[in-house]
Amino acid sequence: MKGTAARMGVMKRVSLVFKAKANRALDKMEDPRETLDYSYQRQLELLTKVRRGVADVATSRKRVELQMNQLQQQADKLQTQARKALGMGREDLAREALTRKSSAQTQLDELATQYAQLQAEEEKLTLASQRLQAKVDAFRTRKETIKATYTAAEAQTRINEAFSGISEEMGDVGMAIQRAEDKTAQMQARAGAIDELMASGALDDAVGGRRDDIQSELDMMSASSDVERELAMLKGEITATAPKQLEGSASNGSGQGSQAPQQPQQSEGPYAPPAPPQYAPPPPTEPVQQPEAAQQSQANGLPVADLPGLADEPQDGDRS
Amino acid sequence: MIVRILSGGQFRIDDEAATQLNQMDADLEAAVEAGDEAAFTDALTRLLAHVHAHGAPLPPDILESSDLILPHEDSSMDEVRKLLTDEGLIPG
Repeated sequence: MKGTAARMGVMKRVSLVFKAKANRALDKMEDPRETLDYSYQRQLELLTKVRRGVADVATSRKRVELQMNQLQQQADKLQTQARKALGMGREDLAREALTRKSSAQTQLDELATQYAQLQAEEEKLTLASQRLQAKVDAFRTRKETIKATYTAAEAQTRINEAFSGISEEMGDVGMAIQRAEDKTAQMQARAGAIDELMASGALDDAVGGRRDDIQSELDMMSASSDVERELAMLKGEITATAPKQLEGSASNGSGQGSQAPQQPQQSEGPYAPPAPPQYAPPPPTEPVQQPEAAQQSQANGLPVADLPGLADEPQDGDRS
Repeated sequence: MIVRILSGGQFRIDDEAATQLNQMDADLEAAVEAGDEAAFTDALTRLLAHVHAHGAPLPPDILESSDLILPHEDSSMDEVRKLLTDEGLIPG
């Protein structure tokens, strides 16, 4: 035979822990009827809490779902990029895109596991909420019966039974809520981290490289032919107009201190000329005088211009 | 005899099933004492399966406390230890 006192087993010990908890709560109450009402109040509070718990888990689950969609889009995009890169003969780029896709897929798989966990948690909590609701209803009925039928002294035993029955359920539900909260918190921390990674583009960094550099390189490749064509066009224009412009800008620019910064560009020749002809010609004195003249005419002119206008109105008014 | 599975509701089991359950529980307790997580998971899984196989679910509107309480299915050994020591795992 086993020593039963020391070895009562896990199940029995856990049940004793629950009972001890219920008894401690009962001992605090002086009036048994007070116990009933107080306990009922707490049951209603717990019901509210467990329902909120269900809603919180659902919110968290939806967030994971959203992220899974985003990651799926990312994976699809990388797949398209890989195909495009391969079509352009860039196997290196295609390999890079596929590597990243695999990384996104890994994240996706992890999220899928978490999604399933949250879903299971939501179901458990929903069931717990339904069980608690049934027990709370039963308790309310029992409470009224006890109050109506028994004297305070007689009621004690019945109350203890009802109380320990419901308090075990409440302890169970309370732990379930706590677990769900912990899981949700973990999940949210992780979801937050993934959101940040997505926002910063660092998720693409998982295998090294800048954000979307695959796309930019692909874009660059298709754009480069256009660039070459335009470059050739520009070169054609420059060689056609360059000789005249060089002469003009060199003679005009030589004496001007105020336009000194432009001179090095002009004197460097072939690449600068297209722009200067329009800006270079003005003689040294004009740029200095023009601003002053403008300021003077503004300072004096505005009031003068306003005065006639103001003077006109009184004139109109004088007619009366 | 009434058995509760945490987060899983209450079940009524007959004496024979209860005796078997107690034997299996000894394995669970030994695993917890030895700190053997694999043995713990194994014992817990068998215990829960036994209750589901031999127990009749109690209607939820029955207000009765349980004779035995089992940890929920994905409990860690650490959680069970806390349950046994009455350290804050049961709120309120």
